[in-house]
Amino acid sequence: MYVAVKGGERAIENAHAWLAEERRGDISVAELSLAQIREQLSLAVNRVMAEGSLYDPDLAALAIKQSRGDLIEAIFLIRAYRTTLPRFGASRAVDTGAMACDRRISATFKDAPGGQVLGPTFDYTHRLLDFKLAAEGAVPPAPSAPPRREPTPHITEFLGQEGLIQPEPEPESEAVPRDLTREPLEFPADRALRLQSLARGDEGFVLGMAYSTQRGYARNHAFVGELRIGRVTVEMEIPELGFAIEIGEVELTECETVNQFKGSKTEPPQFTRGYGLVFGQSERKAISMALVDRALRWQELGEDNLGAPAQDEEFVLSHCDNIQATGFLEHIKLPHYVDFQSELELVRKLRREAEERIARREAAE
Amino acid sequence: MSDYNFAYLDEQTKRMIRRAILKGLAVPGYQVPFASREMPMPYGWGTGGVQVSAATLTPEDRLKVIDQGADDTTNAVSIRKFFERTAGVATTEATQEATVIQTRHRIPEAELTEDQILVYQVPIPEPLRFLEPRKTETRKMHSLQEYGLMHVKLYEDISQHGAISTAYAYPVRVADRYVMDPSPIPKFDNPKMEMAAIQLFGAGREQRIYAVPPYTRVVSLDFEDHPFEATKADHPCDLCGAGDSYLDEVIMDDAGNRMFVCSDTDYCRSRREEAA
Repeated sequence: MYVAVKGGERAIENAHAWLAEERRGDISVAELSLAQIREQLSLAVNRVMAEGSLYDPDLAALAIKQSRGDLIEAIFLIRAYRTTLPRFGASRAVDTGAMACDRRISATFKDAPGGQVLGPTFDYTHRLLDFKLAAEGAVPPAPSAPPRREPTPHITEFLGQEGLIQPEPEPESEAVPRDLTREPLEFPADRALRLQSLARGDEGFVLGMAYSTQRGYARNHAFVGELRIGRVTVEMEIPELGFAIEIGEVELTECETVNQFKGSKTEPPQFTRGYGLVFGQSERKAISMALVDRALRWQELGEDNLGAPAQDEEFVLSHCDNIQATGFLEHIKLPHYVDFQSELELVRKLRREAEERIARREAAE
Repeated sequence: MSDYNFAYLDEQTKRMIRRAILKGLAVPGYQVPFASREMPMPYGWGTGGVQVSAATLTPEDRLKVIDQGADDTTNAVSIRKFFERTAGVATTEATQEATVIQTRHRIPEAELTEDQILVYQVPIPEPLRFLEPRKTETRKMHSLQEYGLMHVKLYEDISQHGAISTAYAYPVRVADRYVMDPSPIPKFDNPKMEMAAIQLFGAGREQRIYAVPPYTRVVSLDFEDHPFEATKADHPCDLCGAGDSYLDEVIMDDAGNRMFVCSDTDYCRSRREEAA
């Protein structure tokens, strides 16, 4: 006798309990603290903050712990929390020119004011497993020097002085840019909205899109004009005060690419740029974002639409969000037996009719 | 953070959603863009329906949640618990007792009344999506009532298979204007859409809300010589004997024996209780 599938509620509770146990793992092993995650898995924390669109290392560490290290799940936890927070307003545009840089490199000039500062990078490490780390993690202190006082101007400013690079268009109005998380995304999107979407887009997706441009799908030959990582202050205009005050500090990665531009009927040849800005130390993402940003600007720059995926704003922006993507992808494991049943009946009916047709034809022959 | 607002969403967000709902009711079948929020359940799990329900519920409401017609499927249980916790509303499994019914993939068998609201969870709100993937294009097609492509698709089905090969999410035309996706309900349910209750459709990931007001004309697309046909398994329910309800097919043993039972668990239960 058929027994209805009851007990969904108890099954869910039991699954949650088991999940909690699995998350903790072997209890004879010390439990991770949030401080450990924040300090020792900081690049994971950065990614969760960037794609979660919430700058809070402690909450990101909590999300990583709760999600057992599944970063997309952690990003989801942060997003779901973020959406419950009220929006007080917008900060002033941060001044990345005044960034206290930990890292600042240019691939276009051997040297420039502010210098080349490698900072804490994997770039020239040899990727050999360090078995000593398995035993003990004590590190000797890295050499240090007093911080430089002079400013670190953007590399593109030097190109701009000669008119060699297209100046960034001034925003049309003083109005606060639209907020992707408070308004539905409609196409065509302006560049500010595109950049917002890419900044919280999935690192892997944006990387893949950027890579495709390098391999010839709308190639725009990007030089990393500059990549800088460091802290900037965030200021906000307080209406009651009538002036802006500092409300905090965030770590950012900024990438400006310098791209070839052939010129058009109305414009002399000039370099153009792609732009990437991401929370935390996230340089793979920032560079990828700059390449995709540049590819998406084909229309504004009067270039040809080559039909490449990275040029297709609707394609890129509709699919770069990993929370949307993973949700819709994974939902196909939910019950679909009603739809499947209707397909089943349809296929049976079509097969029956086809068989009858064949039988009639054979009888006639 | 310890306390959430009634039905989870803040009042500002609810107001934004209610505006979209009202616009949807004013323009039946039109997909209204709305600033869908990230909910504490994944996209694809009914975030659109949950947001519409959250904006619709009042403390006096009695909520029913079904998935595949059943109250006890895991995701229906999970969404019902979500509203029990965040809104503290009464819940029920009885279709007639509910004032708001959130559903995935089915319309209840019992006839709904003017006092009820049916909220659908919608994965892809755009009926033209698989003919034209771009929103920018499909919006244009809707505004120009350019539905030829859809009729060509249905015609091609007939020429290839001898029948329209859409079994669920069967497109309808609402109030003689917009072609609308009824969400992935089996086409068996399509004729029920001309009903007394308000029907609201929420697509969270796709950021769209649309609606069918009570007693609105809803026509399943077809051709004169190939009229629409609402089909179901050619059996009565093996539990309650109903011959008019949509059925799930359940595999019973290794020999592939099957039984057919009502997909609407409340309908089946109430029929069996009446008979007893």
